[in-house]
Formats: sequence, structure tokens, C-alpha cells
Amino acid sequence: MASIDGKPETVDRVEVEAVNREETRELYARRVKIFPKRARGTYRTVKWWVMAVTLGLYYLLPWVRWDRGLYAPDQAVLVDLAHRRFYFFFIEIWPQEFYYVAGLLIMAGVGLFLVTSILGRAWCGYTCPQTVWVDLFLVVERFIEGDRSARIRLERAPWTLSKIGKLIAKHLIWLVIAVGTGGAWIFYFADAPWLAGALFSGEAPMVAYSTVGILTATTYIFAGFMREQVCIYMCPWPRIQAAMFDENTLLVTYNDWRGEPRSRHQMSQPGDFGDCVDCNQCVVVCPMGIDIRDGQQLECITCALCIDACNTVMEKFGRPRGLISYTTLTDYTERAAGKQAKLNWHEVVRPRTIIYTALWAIAGLAMLAVLAMRDRLDINVLHDRNPLFVQLSDGGVRNGYTVKVLNMVQQPRDFVLSLDGLEGGLLSVAGSDEAPARSTILRVDADKVRSVRVFVSAPGGVAAGGRADFRFVVKDRASEETAAREAVFHAAGGRK
Amino acid sequence: MADVERDEISGTDTTGHEWDGIKELNTPLPRWWILTFYATIVWALGYVILYPALPLIDSATGGLLGYSSRAELAAELTQAKAAQAQYLDRIASASPAEIRADQDLLQFAIAGGRSAFSINCAPCHGAGAQGAAGYPNLNDDDWLWGGSLDEIYATLKNGIRAPHNDDTRDSIMPAFGTDEVLEKAQIADVTNFVLALSGKDHDSAAAQRGAEVFADNCAACHGEKGTGNKEFGAPSLADAIWLYGQDAAAIGAQISSPKHGVMPAWAGRLDDTVIKQLTVYVHSLGGGQ
Repeated sequence: MASIDGKPETVDRVEVEAVNREETRELYARRVKIFPKRARGTYRTVKWWVMAVTLGLYYLLPWVRWDRGLYAPDQAVLVDLAHRRFYFFFIEIWPQEFYYVAGLLIMAGVGLFLVTSILGRAWCGYTCPQTVWVDLFLVVERFIEGDRSARIRLERAPWTLSKIGKLIAKHLIWLVIAVGTGGAWIFYFADAPWLAGALFSGEAPMVAYSTVGILTATTYIFAGFMREQVCIYMCPWPRIQAAMFDENTLLVTYNDWRGEPRSRHQMSQPGDFGDCVDCNQCVVVCPMGIDIRDGQQLECITCALCIDACNTVMEKFGRPRGLISYTTLTDYTERAAGKQAKLNWHEVVRPRTIIYTALWAIAGLAMLAVLAMRDRLDINVLHDRNPLFVQLSDGGVRNGYTVKVLNMVQQPRDFVLSLDGLEGGLLSVAGSDEAPARSTILRVDADKVRSVRVFVSAPGGVAAGGRADFRFVVKDRASEETAAREAVFHAAGGRK
Repeated sequence: MADVERDEISGTDTTGHEWDGIKELNTPLPRWWILTFYATIVWALGYVILYPALPLIDSATGGLLGYSSRAELAAELTQAKAAQAQYLDRIASASPAEIRADQDLLQFAIAGGRSAFSINCAPCHGAGAQGAAGYPNLNDDDWLWGGSLDEIYATLKNGIRAPHNDDTRDSIMPAFGTDEVLEKAQIADVTNFVLALSGKDHDSAAAQRGAEVFADNCAACHGEKGTGNKEFGAPSLADAIWLYGQDAAAIGAQISSPKHGVMPAWAGRLDDTVIKQLTVYVHSLGGGQ
């Protein structure tokens, strides 16, 4: 390799020890405080945008309105725990439809596998709340205390009024952000405008304040103090991720075949040197405090800020960018062997990613299909257990049931509840003065469950065996929408 | 601290304790742990001052806040009572029929009645009011003393054959056998007649002889066709429900030496509002008339 020539050297070389270096790794790692330097470049810009979008969604979504008519709240996204309803724009989910949430979790899981198998820990590096809020807290820290070197100086400086003032300012702003984070969370669980007013006037429920308090504490502590410790020691994902990578995963890679031997030689000095000028800029921008030149390691969240830092340096020296780059192991090996290698489409589209995509799509399509075809009417039947049946004076037998009719639309509806099977059986609703008949009419309010006690009597009892199977059928009088539920009729002789 | 010895290999201070050349390293607890520990001590001191804590001979220190779990419970009970009061006040001034006509009161009364039933009535009538031999099933449509709201209310208030209650339901069926009113053969005949009333297997010759015995001795209370009379709590003998058994032996025994159910009078034992709730609850079980 040629010596560094041309432009004057303008890069700061930093003496810094990366945390958790392989040579010095111990079973107990004392925490070394990290002062990440601001990076500039493509990936930093991407991260700013991701931060703006994710935080914007998080803070603004509860305030989006969505008209659902008279009988339902008009908040687009609302988890109504008190009434056990979940609203997401045009979708309303009842508790027994919780499998949609399970489906979403499956999609999120498989989606995470897919992204990880293509792009490594993109979730960790760009969108994980821990990363986003640490980034936000670092913005505040840099605004008040300055960039890395200023922060280190301040850390070592004696306690002066100016230092105390800066620290107070920083922590105050952090706390405001933390309270805002906790505050935004609870708006997903109640009508946001009402709750916001109630919060400030002290009329909100205790659970709202305690939730805000807990989330304020976690945000402040995780993003302000624990930072990379959360990723390294609390999060399980770094331990699982290695199983998702393979030789075709794009990972943040130090191309040592090009960089080594690293050297801090004079530009005029002749010799066989690599492109790495050992400026340690990749280490100082790293929010995890590691040295990417040590290779893949558990701490790396692939935020790609070291790529930005290194590219800046390479440009200053007139060297090609990409000494640190998103590279697959396959390409890295080929290039290290001196071959030309470009990212090939089949490195991305490979059996692993195809299977993940297929699984993800199947889960999504299945949920869509179920969502499109789901019933908005259901019936549940619970047979009385004590007494199992009642002997009537005319020789007939009566059974009691608790019948629940679920009207899952935003309109009150009239239903016909009738018996299917059980010849000669008659039903009557407890408390009603109507004569027993084969069917009765039930009105159920909008978006409500109506629970009625239903007595079914069979004048002649039932055939031998002491039990008969039949069905309760409920039918919307207007739309003919129907739901049915199996039930059992008991009589003497059924029990041993 | 000048002569603290440092262990060469681990770089840790030693405590100065030594056993056979083995020196103890000084590895104190982490500071956050110690601070948390001290914080709990401070907390405990505050707790002892503010809350009841130190046991005395027959009581305990009260604490500055004057907290008492007993008082808290009493306050919660008062609160619960106040919350129920709006219903109980209305129930107190309403008749059972009015309670049944009001959806709110009905729901409250059924819930309250169910609770009072499992405490007071379930020992005899069963948890599901399903009854047992000698104890009527309250779910069915057969009532000895009447199944309307008012009749159930009266039965609950005054009981059945309840001592020390002048208004109680009372009737005695003569012991036709033990008091030697009827011959054994006559009892067998009338037993067959009773079996015939509800269409059970019987000896028709005996039943025919029994018809006359029945008309002379039983019809006054049980009715000519054996359909019973709620005035006297005389059960219908022509239906499918039998309190003391429906085979010839059980019926014969009941004629010869009848058993009589006794139910306490609940007026005075239970609050009138509770009796009304019980009335509505029992009526709602499916047999109410």
C-alpha cells in the first residue's frame, strides 16, 4: 500500500481505549463512562429521520381523531381497558379477538428475523426505543455541555457554579422529556384531550399518574444513565441475534484487508501501510464505546455511525470511502482475497429471507382474511350446573342457561333467539312475562354483550340417556346474520 | 490506613487478616448496595415514627399518622353501605312486585338475594336452591304455600310451623297409621289410589277401594282430585313432584306417620330489605308465579 500523500493531515487522532476489548476482557466489567462524539454523514442523517418519524408517531398518534358514530370513542388508536375494547382506525377488537394482537406479535417477530438476516441489528441501531431516546438525550447533552472533548473536560473539572448550572439544566431537560414520554404513553389508554386536561387539573386517575411516574423514571434512568448497559446486560436480543446472521447478512464491518497494518506514519514516510490511520474516530463516535476494528461483537448495535466517522476521515485523506462499511461476510472474504465483489441480489434474496418473508406474509394475509370475514355477532351459552335440571310438576323437565349475545357493531340490533333441535322444547327469558315459545326477540345495545337467563323446558322430558343435544341460534332480524352455539339438555337418568 | 497491604496478583487491598499465610482480600459491598441498605434503615425509622409499629403489653404504639387498618376497613364498609343505601332505601319502601318491575332494583335484589340465600337458606335448600328429600326445590313450579311474590314473602317472613310466630304457616296432617285412624289395609288401598292419581304403577282393585278412603279422609285438604290446597300447604298428589319420595313405601309411610317440614320465621332475624331481596331472588329462579 502506498503511503498517505496529497492533502495535509487534518484529522484529530484520539487516544481512547474501547470498552470491553478482547485483550482486556474480564468476567466483571467495571462500567467505563462513554462520551459519544457527534458523527456526520449518511447514516447519521438516516438516524435523524428515523428518530423524527418514530418519536413523531409516538407523541402524535393518540391525538389523531377517527369518527365512529355515536356509540364509540373517536380516538384513532385507543386501548380502552375499562370497556375491554381496542380501536385502531377502522378496526375494533374485542377481548376474545386478542389473537390479532398475537398475530401482530408473530409478524413483528418474523419481521425482526427478516430484517436482521438482511441488515443485521437494524432494529437496534435505528428504531429501538432505547437507541432513539438515548440519541435524543445525547442531543440535549451535546447542546448544553458540548461535544465529546468538552464533556470529558467538564466531567473532570472541579465543581464550579458553571458546571453545576450545566448539569442542572441538562437533567431538567431530560426530566421534561422523560415526563413527556410517560405522559404520551397513557394517552393511548384514554381519550387524549380529556386526559391531558385531567392530568394538569389533578383529576386524572391515580393509575395515570403512577404510570407517568414509572415511565418517567425508566426513560430518565435508561436513556440518561444506563444507556449502553441496557443493550449489553438487560436486553436478550444481542444473545439471540447471532443465530440470525449468516455469511450473506449486511453487517457493519471493518475491512481489515484494506486497513491493516494501521499506522500513524508521517505522510512522507515510505512503507507498506494500510488505509487505517488509527485516528480512533470510529471508537469515539460509537454510542456503545467499542472498537469495530476488533470485529463483530455483542455490543455492536450496527448504528453505522463508525461508517460515517471513517468515511469523513477517508475523504480528508483522499482515500476511497468504505474502510468501514455494510458488507457481507461473503463479499468481505472475496475482497480480502483480492477479488472484485459487489453486493449481489442473491445475497439478499436467499432461502432464509424468502422463508422469513413468506412466513411474515402468510401471517399477515391470514390475519387480513380473518379480519375481513370475521363475525360481528356471537353467542355464548353456559348451562346451569346447580341444579342441572328441574323436575316440573306436569312431568316435564326444565334446564337453565346463561346466554350471552355479543353485538359487535356500533348499532343497537334486534335478534331472534331460537332453539334448533330439541323437539317440543320451549324457551323463555327469565324475568319476561311472555309465554314460553320456540323463539324470542332480544334487543342488544350497540357494541354490547347482553346476558340473559334462559329457561328451556321440554314438556315430556327427553329420550333415554337423560340428555339431548341442540343449538341456540341467534339471528339479526334485519341482516339475517346468524350465529349458533351447541348446548346440552339434561334430564333425570343422565347422571350415574 | 497507611500500612494497608495490597495483594500483588489481584491488585486488591487486604483486610490484614491472615490465616496460615492466606490473606483476606478486602472486597466491600458495592456502594449502591450499602446506600440502599442505609436508605431502608432510614425508611424503617420513619415508618416506626409514623405508623403503628412497636408492640406494647396490650396494644401498640399508634404512630403520628394515626393509621389503623381496622379504621380503614370500617371506613370502607361505611362507604360500601352508603353506595348500597340508594338501592336499599328504595327496596325498603317498595313491594316485591315493585322491585321486580324496576330493572335496577331487580338486579340489585337478585344479587343481594343470592348472597343472603347462600348464607341463610342454602343449608336446607341447597346452594342452587335445588332442595333435598324433605326440603322443597325452589326452582320448580310446584309450591306448597304458593309461588307468587307476596306468598313467598309471607312464607319467608313468618316461616312454616315456626314456633313463637302467630302468623306462621301451619297445618298438621293426621298420622293415620300411628294414631290408628285407618286400618293397615285401608292405608295400603289409599296408597294405591294416590299412586294412581299421578299415573304410576298401582294395583287398580286396591286403588278403587282406596278412592272411598281418600274421599272420606284426604280430599278435605288435598282436594277431590288430589290437586292440593295452598291454604293448608297441602301438596298436590297428582303431579310429578314428591317431597318425601314417590314410591309406595314412601307414600304409605307419609300417610301412616307424616313428616312435616319446619322453616324458621325470618322476620326479626333478617332485615326486611333482605327478606324482600330473598323473595325476588327465589321468585327469579324459574318457578315464580
